[in-house]
Amino acid sequence: MTAVKSSPPAPPEVAPRKSRTLVREVIIVGVIAAVFAFLLPAILGAAGQGVRINQLGRFISLAIAALGIDLIWGYTGMLSLGHGIFFTLGGYAFAMYLQLQLPAGQIPDFFTLYGVTELPFFWKPFYSFPFTLVAIVAIPTIIAAVIGYLVFRNRIRGVYFSILTQAALIVFFNFFNGQQKLINGTNGFKTDSAPLFGAPVSDPKLQTLFYVLSVLFLVGGYALCRWLTSGRLGRLLVAIRDDEPRVRFSGYDPTGYKVFVFAVSAGLAGIAGALFTVQSGIITPKSMDIAFSIEMVIWVAVGGRATLVGAVLGTILVNFAKTLLSEQYPEYWLFFQGALFLLVVTVLPNGILGWLQSDGLLWLRTLGRPQKVSTYPSLEEDIDVKYEQQNLRD
Amino acid sequence: MSGLLDGLFNGISIGAVLLLAALGLAIVFGLMGVINMAHGELIMLGAYTTFVVQNIFKPLGAPWSDFYIFFALVAAFIVAALVGVLLERTVVRYLYGRPLETLLATWGVSLILQQFIRSVSPQFVVGVGLFCALYFGAIAIISRRPDFERIRNWAIAIMVPISVAIALTASNVLGQSFKLGFTRPWFGTQGVDVTAPKWLRGGLAIGDSQLPYTRLFIIALTIVCLLGIYWFLNKTNWGLRIRSVTQNRTMSACLGIPTQKVDAITFAIGSGLAGIAGCAVALLGSVSSNTGQAYIVDTFMVVVIGGVGKLIGSIMAAGAIGILSYVIGSNAIGPLFDSMPFVKSIFEFFATASMAKVVVFALIVVFLQFRPAGLFPQKGRTVEA
Repeated sequence: MTAVKSSPPAPPEVAPRKSRTLVREVIIVGVIAAVFAFLLPAILGAAGQGVRINQLGRFISLAIAALGIDLIWGYTGMLSLGHGIFFTLGGYAFAMYLQLQLPAGQIPDFFTLYGVTELPFFWKPFYSFPFTLVAIVAIPTIIAAVIGYLVFRNRIRGVYFSILTQAALIVFFNFFNGQQKLINGTNGFKTDSAPLFGAPVSDPKLQTLFYVLSVLFLVGGYALCRWLTSGRLGRLLVAIRDDEPRVRFSGYDPTGYKVFVFAVSAGLAGIAGALFTVQSGIITPKSMDIAFSIEMVIWVAVGGRATLVGAVLGTILVNFAKTLLSEQYPEYWLFFQGALFLLVVTVLPNGILGWLQSDGLLWLRTLGRPQKVSTYPSLEEDIDVKYEQQNLRD
Repeated sequence: MSGLLDGLFNGISIGAVLLLAALGLAIVFGLMGVINMAHGELIMLGAYTTFVVQNIFKPLGAPWSDFYIFFALVAAFIVAALVGVLLERTVVRYLYGRPLETLLATWGVSLILQQFIRSVSPQFVVGVGLFCALYFGAIAIISRRPDFERIRNWAIAIMVPISVAIALTASNVLGQSFKLGFTRPWFGTQGVDVTAPKWLRGGLAIGDSQLPYTRLFIIALTIVCLLGIYWFLNKTNWGLRIRSVTQNRTMSACLGIPTQKVDAITFAIGSGLAGIAGCAVALLGSVSSNTGQAYIVDTFMVVVIGGVGKLIGSIMAAGAIGILSYVIGSNAIGPLFDSMPFVKSIFEFFATASMAKVVVFALIVVFLQFRPAGLFPQKGRTVEA
């Protein structure tokens, strides 16, 4: 899995070898996905840990959102603190469809609580299943594209962008919280008992289906991000991250690319939100609070920025740590999380995978014993020099 | 007419709290380009300090307990400034030039501070104190060895678990022998209340509306803080150095200005102002460990709108945001459109505090389309501009 290499810029490889590594990667990812989708639930179920399957399924759907964060933060250098918006929008879109699975002429229960007798107009399209599926991706994507365009057009970036996304998050949170008559306000939607394909959503068979779907979408998301980041677009994204003015001077307009990547990552977050909602049984505006969106960033940071595998790994690791720790000591989770933020940023800036890629493997092999010092480290460790030594010998 | 006056007063008083909260943030952001996500928690610490000072002064009787607020202001400033310096020296300093990472790290600090306020108890203090004494003591002793650099990582890896184990055992044993009096949190998760001193209760009656004294006090406090900061930045040597580093860090360093010290001092002052803002916030309502969270996004908006490094920008931005949120939130404009029911219904739709935020944010985004760098951008030639 460590075949994912983004930076430093690898020397151009010869075509056939590239396709061979690609095939190898596809096989590895496929095998791991198959293990996760089919083998692991069976093992966990046999071990009497059925609860963990559901948790794992939720974390895998969160990992889809983490892929999106990695795409915009790890590769393009835009730290979004507002991905909860897109996550929640995806979840709400699916939940609204599920709420409408009623006998003809009825409207969801909560409307009567607030004295609403007629379905608000924007609910109507959610009767249709295909529309819902499109909406789960399209609504977050479009909103992200609009926000992104308005922000990036003015070359607002860095910390300003982060703050603005956070403010947007608060705005959406307030809006969703305050509109009881339209979308049930603070209470959100319960999806457990809603019927889907003739069974309630909480039915074990459907839950298994959602689990497998999560794995499949994660693989799909991974493939998409891998494709986006490996070609010329990927290099351009990294260039935007490292030196945006220079990209502009080279004749590119970064705005379009940034809007595009931001929209893609929002779409991924939307899918994640929908899958997470049906597996946890409820969606409320609480998934738009500030903390959750920043948590998404820390998953990526722990796993390793600009390594897509790291984003997935980090999400699952941190979330399992969170469940295990908050089951035992609920009050210490925040201390732990705070320390995690500090440690990752100061000690492990490239995350676990980044550390392994740079000097972790070496350290593990020698277990911290001091190394032979090179006479000219800059020459002997230089990637280009190494490459030439290996390949340019006639 | 009185409605307009009322709106103006309420808007200004909302803006005053915002400005007080945002002032420290704006100065630090202008100087170092970092957003301190723990700023809200520094406000919260200031509020809790006010609560503690009030409880200390309460048994002292009449003349003292009436004026505890002034001691509380000083104490809040000092406590928040100390925490700020600690934060700068131990975390932010190492992340200079990486603003996004700083943002994440300070968020971690803010989580720790929130949970700290919830679970701080004698047991907790003993445990943490013991750990610090053991760990830093051991490191100090080991660092005298000549080969310290070589064994440093090992020393840390061994000393951390040992210190943690000893501290945990000791605090648990003490907790079991002294029971609840030792383990009960001081503040807990419930909010605490600060009662305003007698002379701040009630209000000034003007016409048929009343201006609460606490609000007037906060406005006065804000003005005093503004004047103080203005004087400090413009008339003192350190203020001069701070302004120079804000304008051009590299050049200032070349000219012999100790930029590290300037950073620490600025961070201390910014954090201290957050503490004072905490005092003001405590006067307005109940204080809990989440208090800081409620303020951060609004204060960030003030910084974004105001632009970097100009006090006047922050003042105008805070005033504008305060007045706008009050005017929209209280539906002051709606009645003007009695003849147009559609327009009126739109204004009524947004006439709550939370929906007003929606409108204000939309206006901020529109504003940034015209002035992307805020009201008063830093002038100069950079590639970024």
